[in-house]
Amino acid sequence: MLETTDLNASVWATVQLARNLRRPRTLELVGLIADEFIELHGDRLFGDDPAMVAGLARIAGRRVVVVGQQKGAETDENIRRNFGMPHPEGYRKSMRLMELAERLQIPVVTFIDVPGAHPGPESEERGIAEAIARSIALMSRLRTPIVAVITGEGGSGGALAIAVGDVVIALEHSVYSVISPEGCASILWRTPDQAATAAVAMKMTAADQAALGVVDLVVAEPEGGAQNDHEAAAAALKEALVAQLEILAAKPLDELIEDRYRRYRSLGPFATIATVEVPPPERPGLADRLRNLIGGTRVPTGNPAPGRPPDEPPVGEED
Amino acid sequence: MPIKLPSFRARRDVYPADLWTKCPSCEEQLFNKQLDKALRVCPNCGHHFRLSAAARLELLLDEGSFEERDAGLQSVDPLGFVDQKAYPDRVAAAQLATGMRDAAVWGFGTVTGYPVAICVMDFGFMGGSMGAVVGEKVTRAAEAALDARVPLVVVAASGGARMQEGTLALMQLAKTVAATERLRLAGVPFISIMSDPTTGGVFASFAALGDVNLAEPNALIGFAGARVNAGTIGGELPDGFQRAEFLFRHGFVDRVVHRTELRSELAALLAFLEPSEVVAVVEPENGSLPSFRPLSFLTALADKVIPEGDNGTGHAGSAAGVPTGPGADPAEDADRA
Repeated sequence: MLETTDLNASVWATVQLARNLRRPRTLELVGLIADEFIELHGDRLFGDDPAMVAGLARIAGRRVVVVGQQKGAETDENIRRNFGMPHPEGYRKSMRLMELAERLQIPVVTFIDVPGAHPGPESEERGIAEAIARSIALMSRLRTPIVAVITGEGGSGGALAIAVGDVVIALEHSVYSVISPEGCASILWRTPDQAATAAVAMKMTAADQAALGVVDLVVAEPEGGAQNDHEAAAAALKEALVAQLEILAAKPLDELIEDRYRRYRSLGPFATIATVEVPPPERPGLADRLRNLIGGTRVPTGNPAPGRPPDEPPVGEED
Repeated sequence: MPIKLPSFRARRDVYPADLWTKCPSCEEQLFNKQLDKALRVCPNCGHHFRLSAAARLELLLDEGSFEERDAGLQSVDPLGFVDQKAYPDRVAAAQLATGMRDAAVWGFGTVTGYPVAICVMDFGFMGGSMGAVVGEKVTRAAEAALDARVPLVVVAASGGARMQEGTLALMQLAKTVAATERLRLAGVPFISIMSDPTTGGVFASFAALGDVNLAEPNALIGFAGARVNAGTIGGELPDGFQRAEFLFRHGFVDRVVHRTELRSELAALLAFLEPSEVVAVVEPENGSLPSFRPLSFLTALADKVIPEGDNGTGHAGSAAGVPTGPGADPAEDADRA
């Protein structure tokens, strides 16, 4: 019992760390990691989404295209950034930049820190699901290396939409889940109070995700969490990032794309149970079909079965 | 002589619960057998009830044409997930209740003679949720459609990703979409049919990406749940929000199709959407220029004058070339079993 409580507490502490307001955000990390960064704006279709940032950067001398969700550090900025929850135009902006990266043969680095894509009528009207799906589709076949970094919250489809990559890195105290622990608890436990239990059940910490194969690499954070020392956190991430970019740059493109396809193709275990191979039915003859039609239980001729009016079907026949 | 009163049968105390269904839309009491005959559409108000996978296949495919593949795929419990019930128990209960092994069925079949690879989901099995098995079936259907060069039809009926499989369920979005994307690039058509409901991770993956998206009337189709949406705006949602007609109005659904028309619409689409003859060249910037073929118009012309009859054999030929079932990828299955 005590063990369960301890586990709940430690996992929940990680969730809180991943959501810590003082944790370094995408722009901050890019500022610390990149030699130079030029932010670009707008999806060319509807607008510019402040919850998603995108641009051109140079990391250790390498050109990269950077996209990532951007939360705010304090309330005003958080409201402007919509708490890092992108609308469809955010994902369409990032797709625009990724397509540019493909054309110019520049690798893509994504930073994931999102509670979830923005839920709301205007988001639905403009096709948030379509934007996410299309972004996943684009990344699955983008002919340039992609490194995805989960820096904070990896919240469901809104996270995966920019987290399809050749290598997925996670910071030590980041989390990745199919639904927020509060949402999961409300549905399966019927109360959001069980969020900590749900967080444990979903195995959402970076270490658990690495064990499942969803994350390839966990980068250690400074003592107590990245919020305590942004520079050190960024330096550790930069080292891992540059190493991965180097490895991926050496890979032939066709191999890269095939390996990326295989990476996602192999995620999610299942069993295969031998089923009895039903031989292709030789068409049943008329006599057989009649026999089947009549069945064994019915009285084929004469008076209806006693005790049951003929217009009422026997109970067992309803499905 | 005493008057003989007509004998009334005593009302049964308990009627079988599944004899009648109350229409949630017009509140009419509907006799189940008649409802089934009407394709589970309320004859009074046109409300579309949910269809089981089996009924959906029967509705869409030519009689007896369906050949199921990979029927033996079975969910495992990768996280050891326990909420109020253990995940394997939930799966077992759903299997008992539905007679299905998981929430999707795929195989090959024909629609008025046109061969298709088809995958159908069933909301009755754990809300049609997509875990590794459902994701695998959609993916195998797409890959098989690509190999056989026959169109892919997927009928969605799902609340989204299966929470009990955690991020591995989330990864099914990437797995399925990567496969349908390959199909798209190779010029093999994909028709997505969205039935009630198509939400969350299923809508945010393959279901939204059909070359043609069809939806059944009034089907709930959306990304986030209504409660979450209402919470965001702190008020009432507009009428018809996240319904098929809403999606149609905003340009995400090509056609809203009544169930009685669905098969004929699908057939009409399949008549147009033949897979391209040649694998489309998708990467023009690969350095080498396409070879110059000054007489290529002759080949194109020749294709056009091939008599009608040959088309039929073309279909049959491609249907015959379908890949094998569960053993298609033995290496991959071996470490899972």
